[in-house]
Amino acid sequence: MSGDTPDPLLALNGVSVTFGGIRALDSLSLAVTPGQIVGIIGPNGAGKTTTFNVITGAYRASAGDVLLNGAAITHEPSHRIARAGIARTFQNIRLFADMTVWEHLLVAQPHSEFALRRLLPTRWANPQALRRAEEVLAFFDLGGVRDRLARSLPYGLQRRVEMARAVTARPKLLLLDEPVAGMNHDEADEIRRLMLKLRDGGLSILLIEHDMAFVMNLCDTLYVLDFGVMIAKGAPDQIRRDPVVLDAYLGHAA
Amino acid sequence: MIFQQLVNGLTLGAVYTLIALSFSLVMGILGVLNLAIAELFMLGGYFGFAAVMAKLPLPVALLVGMAGAALVAIVIEKVGYQPFRDTPVVTPMLSTLGFSIILQNVATNVWGSDPLQLPDEVLSVRFTFGPVSVSAMQLTVLGATVVLVALLAFVVQRTPIGRALRAVAENRDVARLLGVSAGRVTLLAFVLSGALAGAAGVLIGLHYAAITPYIGVEIGLKAIAVMVVGGTTRIWGALIAGPLIGVAEVLTIAYGGSQIRDFVVYGFMIVILLLRPQGILGGARTQGQRV
Amino acid sequence: MMSTYYAGLLADVGILLLGALSVYVILATGQLSLGNAGFMGIGAYLTSYLTVTAGVPLTPALLIAAFAAGAIGVLIGFPALRLKGIYLAMATLGFGEMVRSFLLNLEAMGGSGGFHGMRHISNATIWAWAGGILLLVVILERSQVWLEMRAVHDDETAAGLIGLNTTIIKVGAFGFGAAIAAISGGLFAHHHVYIEPGNFSFERSIDFVLAVILGGSTIGPGALVGALLLVILPEYLRFLAEWRFAAFGALLIVMLLVRRQGLLDRGLFGLTARSRAA
Repeated sequence: MSGDTPDPLLALNGVSVTFGGIRALDSLSLAVTPGQIVGIIGPNGAGKTTTFNVITGAYRASAGDVLLNGAAITHEPSHRIARAGIARTFQNIRLFADMTVWEHLLVAQPHSEFALRRLLPTRWANPQALRRAEEVLAFFDLGGVRDRLARSLPYGLQRRVEMARAVTARPKLLLLDEPVAGMNHDEADEIRRLMLKLRDGGLSILLIEHDMAFVMNLCDTLYVLDFGVMIAKGAPDQIRRDPVVLDAYLGHAA
Repeated sequence: MIFQQLVNGLTLGAVYTLIALSFSLVMGILGVLNLAIAELFMLGGYFGFAAVMAKLPLPVALLVGMAGAALVAIVIEKVGYQPFRDTPVVTPMLSTLGFSIILQNVATNVWGSDPLQLPDEVLSVRFTFGPVSVSAMQLTVLGATVVLVALLAFVVQRTPIGRALRAVAENRDVARLLGVSAGRVTLLAFVLSGALAGAAGVLIGLHYAAITPYIGVEIGLKAIAVMVVGGTTRIWGALIAGPLIGVAEVLTIAYGGSQIRDFVVYGFMIVILLLRPQGILGGARTQGQRV
Repeated sequence: MMSTYYAGLLADVGILLLGALSVYVILATGQLSLGNAGFMGIGAYLTSYLTVTAGVPLTPALLIAAFAAGAIGVLIGFPALRLKGIYLAMATLGFGEMVRSFLLNLEAMGGSGGFHGMRHISNATIWAWAGGILLLVVILERSQVWLEMRAVHDDETAAGLIGLNTTIIKVGAFGFGAAIAAISGGLFAHHHVYIEPGNFSFERSIDFVLAVILGGSTIGPGALVGALLLVILPEYLRFLAEWRFAAFGALLIVMLLVRRQGLLDRGLFGLTARSRAA
């Protein structure tokens, strides 16, 4: 269901991010309602990844608020934001270099800070962690590579591992930063299928992508950024025809 | 009395400055902490000593020490740095650690672990200026340091290869695009740093009229503190930090006891690392800052 | 019945094993500490003070010293968060030297003259502690916390973004490592029954690092292999006698070139095929 609901899952209100003298983001407002797949598009350098970084707490907002289910998370440390239910993947995949796929899923488990259980061998003390990891492994069809070092996998599988790691802790919102970059049609389709499956399972998704076809077929709402400013927002069909948007892209022809 | 301490402190500080410049050259250009520099300092001292014992004149002894240390530095560059140049900087640091272990063992075996002493004190003539008495050797140390620093400054600021050095220090990738051979620059950085450390070794050896295989760890490592205080990204910070730490150390010995001096010197270093990581002379760019 | 000479070697291995483990535990979170001899010295002097001057039995003395050193390690761990890689290494080097200098100045415990009076302990005691702590580390390696430490080591930012409190993990590792080093020091003091600040110098810190890098920096038993290597190998290389340090220096360089993770690694233990279904 589109349109504004009383409490969006994620809301950015007038968020600005400045580095030195540069405005990377200028008064951005956006909202993601539960169960939506929202896309952020725009030319290179528009501030899309910056938006992700300010949501996850990697960057400080110099103005505005970030709200999760109505509660401000604007200046919270990254790990607490993650615990609150926001997970992300990265444009340049950031997997753990010396860990296997299985270990990625184990380490990303939700937990309470001081449980003694965490000091004991996982195999005996933490059956629910093992169960959850198996679940995610199966969902993403990674069973065949569970004991491979994640960074030794082909690119497409690495992306899947990164997504799998992100959803292991049952987040409410998943931020995907160019999840199908460099993929062929079949691989991208696979990711799309996974995203829809995740959405059907109750996860909301905020997506950055350059692949227009991918975005158009998937997102409920699109936000278009250019030079840190939102220049358009709406359903994919509207955006596709918006002259302001076309201008921004053509104007950046390089 | 305090002026005497100042003079003594400046002498020690001059030696620190040279070694700190040596550390700083490699650190600034390659981002690597070359722990073997402390032993190049020590070896330079032994080479210089050998020259003096062979009745060679002092300037020649200085050159012998510098050249010897520079040669060893080349070996370290080829074997200890090149294979690791694309790895995280901690790895080449550990490799230079390996070299420092080797070099110290070599020195202990070749020259023995007991101090070598000069038969007569060199340049022991003392001049008195009011409350201060300065030996000719101290003046030589200060003078030689000034000359060496000036030479280094000339090479770095005025020569083409010096420009290349600075370019690589700023941005290695851009420098390579502009045709600067990073390999040659790296080698030069090692050679210069070896020569400086070697010179410092000769000077301190002659100043104390004695040398041991342990001065690398005893004195050389403290120059790391000098480099940090001066600013690891600004090699000329060593010119200020050297005398500063030298004087601080000498004053500590005079008024606090010699046992506590390392505490003071390294304490200085840690305070700077935490409060002003860019050092006294460093600019806005800080290390250890999260993005 | 072992000759005193070999008994001495065995004791040295146990003490070095703990020192190496102290570096390993901290390194597991991506922090290289070149100053753990400082924690060892704190442990040695504090334990000795407790047993000799305060009449405390060895075990509680070791535990108290470990706890105290651990607390100092945590205190050090917080500012250490701000430093990375080589800068952290330099700071820890400085810390180790500061401790040594402090101990030189500590007239109450002998200053440069050293301290003595400790009761000699047997290899059994040393290895009870060394073996016990090694076992503890090996068990911990299979825990959730250790996996998190490895995640912090591999990519601190990504680790934060999956909800890991990297501060607690890194600082905690520092404290744990410090505590282990302190026990190493306490055992050293009671084995050699005489200690002086020179025992806890930069060279000692380097021995610990050497053992870890050579023996295996990604797995606990690597510290044991490294300790054995550093203590026992010279016995077999008698012909090298005065050149054994150079040999180890060369071995370090070769190991970094050829097998950077050290002799033992997870692959050798079949640990990349672990944790099958519950």
